[in-house]
Amino acid sequence: MSTHTAETVVPYDDVVARFDPVLGLEVHVELGTATKMFCGCPTEFGAPPNTQVCPTCLGLPGSLPVVNAIGVESAIRIGLALNCQIAEWCRFARKNYFYPDMPKNFQTSQYDEPICFDGHLDVDVETDEGVLTFRVGIERAHMEEDTGKTSHQGGATGRIHGADYSLVDYNRAGIPLIEIVTKPLEGTGKYAPEVAKAYVAALREILRGLGVSDVKMEQGSLRCDANVSLRLSPADRLGTRTETKNVNSLRSVERAVRYEMTRQAAVLDAGGRVVQETRHWHEDTGVTTSGREKSDAEDYRYFPEPDLVPIAPSREWVEQLRATLPENPAVRQARLIADWGITPFEMASVVNAGALDLVEQTVAAGADQSAARKWWTGELARIANEREVELADLAITPVDVARVEALVGEGALNDKLARQVIEGVLAGEGSPDDVVASRGLAVVSDDGPLLAAIDEALAAQPDVAEKIRGGKVAAAGAIVGAVMKATRGQADAGRVRALLLERLGVSE
Amino acid sequence: MTTDLIRLTAARTAAVVASGEASAVEVAQAHLDRIAAVDGRVHAFLHVDTEGALAAAAVVDARRAAGEALAPLAGVPLALKDVMTQKGIPTTCGSRILEGWRPPYDATVTARLKEAGVVILGKTNMDEFAMGSSTEHSAYGPTHNPWDLERIPGGSGGGSAAAVAAFEAPIAIGTDTGGSIRQPAAVTGTVGVKPTYGAVSRYGLVALASSLDQAGPCARTVLDTALLHATIAGHDPLDSTSAPVPVPDVVAAALRADVRGMRIGVVKELGGEGYQPGVRHRFDEAVEILTELGAEVVEVSCPHFPYALAAYYLILPSECSSNLAKFDGMRFGLRVGEDDGSPSVEQVMGRTRAAGFGDETIRRIMLGTYALSAGYYDAYYGSAQKVRTLITRDFAAAFEQVDVLVSPTAPTTAFKLGEKLDDPLAMYLNDIATIPANLAGTPGMSLPVGLAPEDGLPVGLQIMAPAMADDRLYNVGAALEAALLDRWGHPILEEAPSL
Repeated sequence: MSTHTAETVVPYDDVVARFDPVLGLEVHVELGTATKMFCGCPTEFGAPPNTQVCPTCLGLPGSLPVVNAIGVESAIRIGLALNCQIAEWCRFARKNYFYPDMPKNFQTSQYDEPICFDGHLDVDVETDEGVLTFRVGIERAHMEEDTGKTSHQGGATGRIHGADYSLVDYNRAGIPLIEIVTKPLEGTGKYAPEVAKAYVAALREILRGLGVSDVKMEQGSLRCDANVSLRLSPADRLGTRTETKNVNSLRSVERAVRYEMTRQAAVLDAGGRVVQETRHWHEDTGVTTSGREKSDAEDYRYFPEPDLVPIAPSREWVEQLRATLPENPAVRQARLIADWGITPFEMASVVNAGALDLVEQTVAAGADQSAARKWWTGELARIANEREVELADLAITPVDVARVEALVGEGALNDKLARQVIEGVLAGEGSPDDVVASRGLAVVSDDGPLLAAIDEALAAQPDVAEKIRGGKVAAAGAIVGAVMKATRGQADAGRVRALLLERLGVSE
Repeated sequence: MTTDLIRLTAARTAAVVASGEASAVEVAQAHLDRIAAVDGRVHAFLHVDTEGALAAAAVVDARRAAGEALAPLAGVPLALKDVMTQKGIPTTCGSRILEGWRPPYDATVTARLKEAGVVILGKTNMDEFAMGSSTEHSAYGPTHNPWDLERIPGGSGGGSAAAVAAFEAPIAIGTDTGGSIRQPAAVTGTVGVKPTYGAVSRYGLVALASSLDQAGPCARTVLDTALLHATIAGHDPLDSTSAPVPVPDVVAAALRADVRGMRIGVVKELGGEGYQPGVRHRFDEAVEILTELGAEVVEVSCPHFPYALAAYYLILPSECSSNLAKFDGMRFGLRVGEDDGSPSVEQVMGRTRAAGFGDETIRRIMLGTYALSAGYYDAYYGSAQKVRTLITRDFAAAFEQVDVLVSPTAPTTAFKLGEKLDDPLAMYLNDIATIPANLAGTPGMSLPVGLAPEDGLPVGLQIMAPAMADDRLYNVGAALEAALLDRWGHPILEEAPSL
């Protein structure tokens, strides 16, 4: 599809040896409110185009906005969870620019009076120096409305250039968004890409815990723009930044930051200057390409939205909301680290895989924590990544995973068969027990067929049999492998080994 | 009977319908006939909804026949300014850019009128997007003043005021951003009220300047104005800026008509230089009458009023530049130049706006775009908002001393069509006395106080009250109206030449 080729880049180790990266992350979260930010239209994802619209979200002449109270409440709860100050008085502002997906040709947003400001979020990153904690400053979190969605028809690229015409779906126009902007994130050094990813992962956990959004990056309910700049040393002024958009997975956050660092280093090495611009991330080719140039002169002519009255959340309300916040993810993680007896490093793997809820639920369903972690951060994470979906969206429940693990524990499945069962569940073949039954996947536990297979294998490889008899127990692997192959993996390898050694009168 | 029906007040018309003396359909038909007879010369209407009006009237008659209680204005015909949406009825705002657009929804004001059994005759002419003081900025040609067809009927709501003055409708809806109800009322010898900002819902009022716009009633008497005010006012959850407070009893106030013991302030800064002698003469005379009626009249200074016009012409264009951005040819209304070459979206938007907007509209969009630009915002929009605060404080200080303020509504009587068209500043000065109330969000009324001796044209007096004290306007206005009626022996519109 996309044919973007990489520009010249500098090897990453070389970049971090000579440059100091500074990041800034802007995350847009679509709130999961039942109705839009400024009108009563439903927000359901995936409805036929332009069926969830009204005069207000279409920006028809004469229409007026009314603020969604749940949207404001969600914004405050997000702010509190990010340790922000909550404004005693704030206003919406109009951000003026012309674009067909913007029905009024201005976006109702917040400008110099955001509802939440000055917070922070601590994120843990696994490094070869152990788990390091970075404090990410939160500049602000403000409320705004989403735009409609434009799709460009005709032309080769699906982009506006070369398209024959464009279609706009206004179902998304007016969906409540919270934009969360970090302060310049300095001091991350070579870990900048990992910190960026860990921040978005931690933020996603918080938002998920608050229940304010379904935080699905691939559906766009959580979107990240990554600002990256380089300078020679932390003592220097900030370098010119680029803003990379379209970063739609945690992995992409890390990759896009890494790529931008290597690209900017090459520009600077060549004696060039980094252009302040919007860049697009291409998941398939792993590069960013230039979008529109974004100078500071771009003028949105912000002014206070005269159609809305100021928002003045009472302190009592804010304190009520604070009191009902769910357990802070950091506190929760510390608790689970203790409960499960795992290391912070192991916990970070679970969190960064977006698997904490799933692992916890799998443990609750009876599985051992280490098995639960192994499945979700291993096999299932791999499959989710392959299919480009969120872990939580895989068609398998924590209860299923716990059941698979129980079957393994009973010796009814071995690891290989368990993977096949999971594959079956994901393919919609029913519960783990259904899959076991329908695919006939059970460990061959009857010793008879196993002994027959062992004898066959020994006969086929007499030299190996001789070695084992002679005390070279390590050679048993070859026979066990042959038996497993013969039984199409349905045997318990441990049992085969025990039977083999018994047969040959050898002990471990 | 037909001639008689069009000359009735709204209050009387409602009584006639309620008693069965005449049917609502007869009343509607009488007005439609009048429109057919005179509107070719007046051009108050951009669209007449004959069918809809007769159908609405028939519903009122059916309700009456069924013995249902009728609302106070049931069966009374009304002219609706073309800036207010009415479902399925063309709404142009006097602009080419909205030609052919039929809104899919009713404004809250429209819905309340329908609910009350008011019969909407059609949509009235206006300066494009309510920008102007003469109706000459309408893309569909000017409205003519029934007092002298060579003269302007005021603006932007010249169509509504002229329709009322020409007996094409007893009542009309206007909108007032800087005087667009009051100044047309003044120059047509009618009554017009800009209610307190937030008293009447703006939902469905196509915004010019959101923080200034306010819809209100136009009529030939203070009582009729009050009846219409009571019909359309009240909190609306669809408009966040609508005030969640009870509407003052304006009808009772209009019936009270008693100024004894009231303190009335003459605004020192409004009425000096630049005001036509005949306007000042009739104004002074009216103030004298108020004294005779038992009010105590004092002079009050509002020192920041001289800065109101300048502040207004920064705030209005700023908000207008943003409000009018939606008119881009993408979703509704005019679209220009899409088949000319293979234009980009920006080109089609640009062509549409260039072709669809008139000069005055473009002038204000440009002024506002400039005033809001980075680096200029503080100096222009920011400073203007500070002036606005000072003017609000002037009002607050004044209302500590007096119950209401009075001034001439407009500095001159109706001027000739074309006279000020090429001089925007002269045009803007028409609103010098009305703008402060818009900036402060306070209510104001204009009512006729006689004809200027030098040109025989109507003069309006403006009454201003504190926010949410709209009832005071009606009390003082009705008292003055009654005294003037005694003096003249007949309503002022009987002095107008017959059309």
